[in-house]
Amino acid sequence: MSATAPVRPTAASRSAGTLLDFTNVEMTFPNGTVALRGVDLTVKRGEFVTVVGPSGCGKSTLLRIASGLEVSSEGSVVVDTDRIGYVFQDATLLPWRSVADNVELLAELNGMKAKERRAKAQEAIDLVGLGGFEKNLPKQLSGGMKMRTSLARSLTLEPELFLFDEPFGALDEITRERLNDELLRLFVEKQFAGLFITHSVSEAVYLSTKVVVMSGRPGSIVGTFDVPFPMPRDPDIRFTPEFGALVGEVSHALREGHR
Amino acid sequence: MASVDQLALATGRVARDARIRRVYARRSAQWWPPIAVLALLVGFWYLVAAYYDRVQGLAFLVPYPHLVLKAAFADPLFSPQLVQDLGNSTQVALTGLVVAIIIGVAWAILMSQAKWIERSLYPYAVILQCIPILALVPLIGALFGYEFLSRVIVTVMISIFPMVSNTLFGLQSVDRAQRELFTLQGAGRWTTLTKLQFPAALPSIFVGLRTAAGLSVIGAIVGDQFFQRGTPGLGVLIQVSTSRLNGAGTYAAILTASALGVVVFLVFGLLGRLVVGKWYDFG
Repeated sequence: MSATAPVRPTAASRSAGTLLDFTNVEMTFPNGTVALRGVDLTVKRGEFVTVVGPSGCGKSTLLRIASGLEVSSEGSVVVDTDRIGYVFQDATLLPWRSVADNVELLAELNGMKAKERRAKAQEAIDLVGLGGFEKNLPKQLSGGMKMRTSLARSLTLEPELFLFDEPFGALDEITRERLNDELLRLFVEKQFAGLFITHSVSEAVYLSTKVVVMSGRPGSIVGTFDVPFPMPRDPDIRFTPEFGALVGEVSHALREGHR
Repeated sequence: MASVDQLALATGRVARDARIRRVYARRSAQWWPPIAVLALLVGFWYLVAAYYDRVQGLAFLVPYPHLVLKAAFADPLFSPQLVQDLGNSTQVALTGLVVAIIIGVAWAILMSQAKWIERSLYPYAVILQCIPILALVPLIGALFGYEFLSRVIVTVMISIFPMVSNTLFGLQSVDRAQRELFTLQGAGRWTTLTKLQFPAALPSIFVGLRTAAGLSVIGAIVGDQFFQRGTPGLGVLIQVSTSRLNGAGTYAAILTASALGVVVFLVFGLLGRLVVGKWYDFG
């Protein structure tokens, strides 16, 4: 099979509510590095799928392919929505724009009318708890607030599929847990499907409905775990034996795959 | 044991007090050292001037500072000429600078659009920078006349390179993820340029602008060395004063040219701070 860009879905996959469908996806970079091999992965409506794996295993490449930033070298990629949110590792805010103007950016690039996008931005700002900081510049914000701004910016697109590339990796533990809770709240409230990349196993288990474990380079999927805990999730679930057991299983698979 | 602890405590406090005092002292220490250096320089200048005046009998080579001041501000024959020539030079420098900004930024934007354009055009920016302008100046005069136009061309040639290189650097230094953010929304070249690359390049453009501004004054003076017609500036005044053995006038013109360079440098540095200082820290 030759290189394929994401394509529109067939009737069959659409009926199943599948938003993202990777079949046997392989990614070889021009310099010969094989980043992904034989990846099968689906994200359905109502699912929050987290991918854990060692650094450099091609986790981010998955997202880049799903978003269309990269084109896979083999396999098929089906994406059944135009509304894709992408949250980068860094907040990637424009430093000369205020919080409000940063949140408006994507709607602005999509040609939305000023009044409409301003209302939409304000709604997203309130949703991530940044009300009162609209006029602040990014340099006046903490790392967590920058990430909230970045989240709000993507929320203005009302994404059906939300891609997260280790968004909280650079934050301290407390901020990170706080944002995890916020993200879960948004997930329940906004009903998007999520594909979340992380290297923290407990974050993966806590956030998702399904955890996918990847091996080291070339990245391939070595395990899939359904997370049975109901939504909305109680933060204290992290201290239950069931949670600990699942974290243990995932960690074990991760270690096996890394060998 | 107790006495040792007390000693440590005491010295600790002394060190801290000293540090605090130093912080306060630093603030007041900012203005007087350059003034002291100026006083020393002026004193030294008087000594050298006295040597040339009394021993060598060549007072015009190093005139006394107060005579230079008089020539600059209180000489009914010289001072008005100085002001007029300062005006002319400023006009040449600023015109050249504006042209250098427009061409330089446009040149850099063009190069930022594709690698092959950059590869095709950048060498010429470097060549322009490497040409000994002084060697070209007589030719410029012959081609474009010995007046305002030629002065401006020389100024542009001298000051354009920092505009081109700093703008290009700024446009290319945009974060990859930020660029991808735009790509994901299907933003075109123009949108990416105006909403991302150009604003992101502004700090770098202002650094180039400050350098180019200083160079534009040099360009205006250099042009004068070769083009005497039209609207002569400070360069001409320096030459004329020198040939008339008007030491005080020569020095006054040189110092005025230097002051113009400093002022232009400071003004554009300040302008940069005003425009992007809110979000960018020039350090």
